[in-house]
Amino acid sequence: MLKLIAQRLGLGLLTLLAASVLIFIGTEILPGDLASAILQNTATPESLAALRSQLGLDRPPTVRFFEWLLGALRGDFGHSLANGQDVISELLPRLKNTIFLASYAAVVSVPIAVIVGLLAAIRQGKIFDRTANLVTLMTISVPEYFLAYILIKFLAVDYAVFPSLANVTPESTLLDRLNLTFLPMLTLVLVVVAHMMRMTRASVLSIMASPYIEMAFLKGLPKWRVVVQHAFPNALAPIINVIALNLAYLIVGVVVVEAVFVYPGLGQLMVDAVSKHDVPVVQACGLIFAAAFILLNMTADILAIMSNPRLRHPR
Amino acid sequence: MSEYDYLKVQLAMGKMNRREFIGRASALGASSTLVTSMLASSYALAADTPVKGGTLRLGLGGGSTTDSLELGSYNDSVMIDASHSICNGLVEWGQDGKPIPDLAESLEPKNGAATWVLKLRKGVKFHNGKEFDADDAIYSLNLHRGEGSKSGGASQLKPIKDVKKINANEIEITLDSGDVDFPYALTDYHILMVPNGHKDWSTLIGTGAYSLVKFEPGVRISLKKNPGYYKAGRGHVDAVEITVINDASARLNALISGQVDAINRTDPKSVSKLQASPKFKIVRATSGYFVDMAATTDKAPFNNPDLLLALKHAMNREQMLKTLFAGYGAIGNDHPIPQTDPYFNKELPQLKHDPDLAKFHFKKAGLTDPKIVLQASDAAFNGAVDMASLLQSDCDKAGFKMDVKKEPADGWWSNVWLKAPFVTSYWGGRAAATQMLAVAYQRGAAWNESHWSNDKFEKLLVDARSEANEEKRKAYIWEMQALLRDKSGALIPAFRDWLDAHNEKVGGMAPHGGFDMGNGLVAEKVWLKG
Repeated sequence: MLKLIAQRLGLGLLTLLAASVLIFIGTEILPGDLASAILQNTATPESLAALRSQLGLDRPPTVRFFEWLLGALRGDFGHSLANGQDVISELLPRLKNTIFLASYAAVVSVPIAVIVGLLAAIRQGKIFDRTANLVTLMTISVPEYFLAYILIKFLAVDYAVFPSLANVTPESTLLDRLNLTFLPMLTLVLVVVAHMMRMTRASVLSIMASPYIEMAFLKGLPKWRVVVQHAFPNALAPIINVIALNLAYLIVGVVVVEAVFVYPGLGQLMVDAVSKHDVPVVQACGLIFAAAFILLNMTADILAIMSNPRLRHPR
Repeated sequence: MSEYDYLKVQLAMGKMNRREFIGRASALGASSTLVTSMLASSYALAADTPVKGGTLRLGLGGGSTTDSLELGSYNDSVMIDASHSICNGLVEWGQDGKPIPDLAESLEPKNGAATWVLKLRKGVKFHNGKEFDADDAIYSLNLHRGEGSKSGGASQLKPIKDVKKINANEIEITLDSGDVDFPYALTDYHILMVPNGHKDWSTLIGTGAYSLVKFEPGVRISLKKNPGYYKAGRGHVDAVEITVINDASARLNALISGQVDAINRTDPKSVSKLQASPKFKIVRATSGYFVDMAATTDKAPFNNPDLLLALKHAMNREQMLKTLFAGYGAIGNDHPIPQTDPYFNKELPQLKHDPDLAKFHFKKAGLTDPKIVLQASDAAFNGAVDMASLLQSDCDKAGFKMDVKKEPADGWWSNVWLKAPFVTSYWGGRAAATQMLAVAYQRGAAWNESHWSNDKFEKLLVDARSEANEEKRKAYIWEMQALLRDKSGALIPAFRDWLDAHNEKVGGMAPHGGFDMGNGLVAEKVWLKG
């Protein structure tokens, strides 16, 4: 088991390196550069050249990349080219916010998704199953900003229950944070629940077709016990995988929700940095996103293996 | 804001006298009793005395996580509003469009306005306790000057040859040629006063009504009152919280749900709904901000004056104004001077949408296949591509072909603008008409996007800048507008109004012809009613 984890971690590091090369190449191919993005229509050829040489953009890209890589290996991610702030100190508060919102949404959505999915499987074809399917399909089918605006309209503007601005500060208390981020959390929950819930239902139902389930029924067990005790544990692997994918989405894919609720998360930082070609910030954000994906997928793999006795004790 | 409200504000601000107000309100169809009651309410507006205290919460669009406190890097509302709360300039751009002495107590022209002696205000202290003097002023001006300046304000100060210290409270500025409008150049939003030697741009120290507490780029900026502020009757609130909200709907929601007191750039579609509620007010400011399509007049096919006339007459300006700004703005006449400018040529006939006339001029141009391609990107401004498509269909109606090429937003300003022959663009207004004409139309100016080069225009511009006689100046500037209207390659369909909105608690917010939010002075000027 340990050997497996070590192997996966090593592969993960290689993937990270590849990702950083790709991100760097990507920002290099884009037309324009930071200097022109900052000065926009106030640029003159002289001011552009001055800014470029001050930012070190006049050096070859390979030199800039390896400089960055060496720094990153030492834990120094450099300074934002646009505003000169230290990348780490700019990133950390936003990373915390992103992880806070993602965990908040995960803690609410995962139990709901699994429980509703199981109930839907138990009551397959009944009214509960159909309603759950319909509602979750609806919430996943509309774009997330639309969901967000609807929630704001009813819960912030018409009835001022929750704030529409999730402008948390580093000084906010936990209770403040939970309140301020309630609407973005709810939006994200509505978006991710459908996927996980439907996967839970589908994989439980596919197990329900196997002979040993029939055996369980034949020996007289009630349906809920068959589902929870016999079918669910064997359906865990695909459920864990889909949960991991959704958690990764909660970390890397929420930029639209961040924009609507003005939440200071990583997504907005990365979008701004990309549009200004602020490479050190783009690189750092990209690495974090890649790492989140890799770690979550690795955890899912390991958990899936642990949930399967045949893989846990290979002959 | 309805036209009545606008008139009321004008009256309250003293920009209009009582008789003028009654006349114009009656012209709008108001009965005499209504006019009398409106008069009463506008005097109440003026008599609305400032209240001290409270925290002003602003929700502003136009900020980014890449924002920096460095003066030369500003290019949008959030940094302009924050910096003008923290710092002062030498000259303030007044509400009436005229320069008001600020940290420079007086500006004395000499030598045919080629030399200016500035007397600096005494006894003004920076937030760090240092007293403001000539060295600070010279240092702050030089931030935007010289070889290798990367400041967005550099072009405004380019005519300066030398800045000399006379004594601790006087400086002398020498220009390369006479310019009676030079004080206007000092109202540029980049040109603010910081202490001599200030280099640490992780913070900003000024003499302003508020000092910086916290700066989180693209998220929020916190300011607190500067108790020793030198301007009487300004800086009323105890603290200012700026939250960056770039999404227009989110901004509006924040205002309606009471999480902010005022917002900028209100979605034009929501204006009428906000106006219907007594809890909110719209501040509509006619500005010098305009959108344009610039064709380079020194290259084929745009060196053909008849082709330009065909384009000018094919364009449906009313429709563009409606589509781009929901009608909140004014129609352009292919010159950059807004109606609010004292030197606006009132007698110049408006270019009209006339497909037949356009057809005539296109025929007269005698071009078989001119291959007109307008390169457009929403990087220029939101809606630039729509504007291009509108012109395309207008040209279709006039019987000639124009193609639109959509360009990526990335790299637009460096790769396409000023390089391609026909592009979409925009300009923020300048404080003085001559500045606007110089920056975008003077021969050899870095941003002369239409490659405008006209001997008569050059002479008029130089004459207007050095002429002190008002009547003559006016005549020169009027003639330049006429020249541009008839011959310039920069097609200007519309000027845009700034639409700020605030709740009932906010007092003292008034329109300004410069940037939105009272040209950045919102925090300095408004107060919160109890």
